[in-house]
Amino acid sequence: MPAAYLVILLVLAITLVPMLYLIVGGFRTTAQLNSSPTGLPHPWVWSNYGSVLTSSTFWDAVGNSAVIAVVATGLAVAFGSMAAFALSRYAFPGREALYLLFVAGLLFPANLAALPLFLLLQRIGLLDNLLGVALPEAAFSLPVTIVILRPFMRAIPGELQDAAVVDGATRIRFFLRILLPLSRPALITVGILAFITSWNAYLLPLVVFNTPAHFPLPLAVATFQSTYTQDTARVFAFTALSMVPALAIFVFAQRKLVGGLVGAVKG
Amino acid sequence: MARTERTGVVAGPETISGPATTAGRPPRRRGLRKRIELTVLLGPPLLLFVLFVFVPIVFAVWYSLYNWSGYGPLTDFVGLQNYQGVLSGAVFRESLLHNVIIAALSVVIQLPISIALALLLNRSMRGRTILRLAVFTPYVLSEATTAVMWLLLLEPGGFVDALLKAVGLGGLTHQWLASTSLVLYTLFVVVTWKYIGFGIVLLLAGLQGIPAELREAAAIDGATPWQATRQVTLPLLGPTIRIWIFLSVIGSLQLFDIVWIMTQGGPANASSTMVTYLIFNGVQRTEFGYGAAVSVVLFIISFAFALAYQRFALRRDTAGAATRAVG
Repeated sequence: MPAAYLVILLVLAITLVPMLYLIVGGFRTTAQLNSSPTGLPHPWVWSNYGSVLTSSTFWDAVGNSAVIAVVATGLAVAFGSMAAFALSRYAFPGREALYLLFVAGLLFPANLAALPLFLLLQRIGLLDNLLGVALPEAAFSLPVTIVILRPFMRAIPGELQDAAVVDGATRIRFFLRILLPLSRPALITVGILAFITSWNAYLLPLVVFNTPAHFPLPLAVATFQSTYTQDTARVFAFTALSMVPALAIFVFAQRKLVGGLVGAVKG
Repeated sequence: MARTERTGVVAGPETISGPATTAGRPPRRRGLRKRIELTVLLGPPLLLFVLFVFVPIVFAVWYSLYNWSGYGPLTDFVGLQNYQGVLSGAVFRESLLHNVIIAALSVVIQLPISIALALLLNRSMRGRTILRLAVFTPYVLSEATTAVMWLLLLEPGGFVDALLKAVGLGGLTHQWLASTSLVLYTLFVVVTWKYIGFGIVLLLAGLQGIPAELREAAAIDGATPWQATRQVTLPLLGPTIRIWIFLSVIGSLQLFDIVWIMTQGGPANASSTMVTYLIFNGVQRTEFGYGAAVSVVLFIISFAFALAYQRFALRRDTAGAATRAVG
């Protein structure tokens, strides 16, 4: 089927060429970029990447993004698995209502809540603070975490818990020693989802942060672009480098991520 | 007996610690213990969730009744005046229309392309895994990186224009982001580039749930491949397609990052969306009371869509978390 391969080649080109252009463009000078937009570097220059990689702007942003994403992911996975355990393995009145309350959170996308969150954070003094971004991100990741984890924990046979209890384990011990290790695939999936959501977030950091030294990577990229409009080559390099952490996480986690999405979609 | 073996493997020797104690406790203490456990397990998640998801909504409703720009206490109570201003404002309506256009274009253009590519990538061919990864890559990039990248590509006389000239389509070069009649569609192309991989992976997952025997049976009955796709595969893909539409519309309604970075909703509001309208009026102009009213209106629109969609489109589907999520 040559036609099918032609289509695939076209799709590949449309997907990959913009990213390659960005990366290669970072090796050119602004003058080269202006005189021939589609040309190759001639000569190759390393100074754009060099100056970005030695700047505190870039590394501060990477560090801020990492701190925020680790806190948000850790909280979302820890709290999410606690709630999913209680909602899947305990019988108590109001359990389904409580589950629905968490699930209702799926209907409130974080972007729509940006201004109300700003007003709340202002009141509790968390503006311009890394926690002011990490805590809401964790909270908004809880619904999807619980929705994925609860059926997973439910599917683990009850006999396992009975056996653990007969062996003298408390429910909490069963949770920590048996259920959590068995839930690892699902925990990794929800962890990756929460991490990527946090790592890529732009709007909440935009309204929360004032101090450029606190900016996470997406905010720093957009700010860098609007600050150095004359220094196009350096913007190319900065933006290309901003892709690296996300792509690295993706390469590391792709199998789990794509597989996990499949699991999430199929319930 | 198989059970005992399995437990032994999973639980390990350290959990076997003497006689069963929990089972022997009086029921009263067991009930108390359970309540303590539930409090410890559910308390922190519930607190975090209520504080950062539900309290802001309550805040928004409360602030939306005041005229307040960030200084001093809330005193200037204006009732529903902010809502009146939002709903009668020409720019807000225009922004809502832009969201609706993006959502409609997604369903009409992105969905058929995604289905076609998913069908193509579902066949066994060389390099299939690599191809799937490649189409998914843009979805992993941040919206900010994507937006800046396309800003650079679309600069007047930049890469896209030069490419069009190079293949003899120089007449097609445009002011991609500066033309009021074109900017929304340019942004739609960027949005499509960013999100189409997610749709393809979603649909591929759905396709994998369809047994190959069904198509084979159709083929034996004399169906052409096209007929088998139309009559067998697509109907069975229905639940996945309906979830894709749900996610796509919700995403279109809250579109912000890419638009804000590339155009700030301009030129002359030609690419404004509801959330860029919210950020411009609520945060940049610090009209917090008015912005809170915009937020409440956005919540209601997205909530109403979700409920209506659940009621009319997702009702019969049992596949998928989003389905159960709404109901």
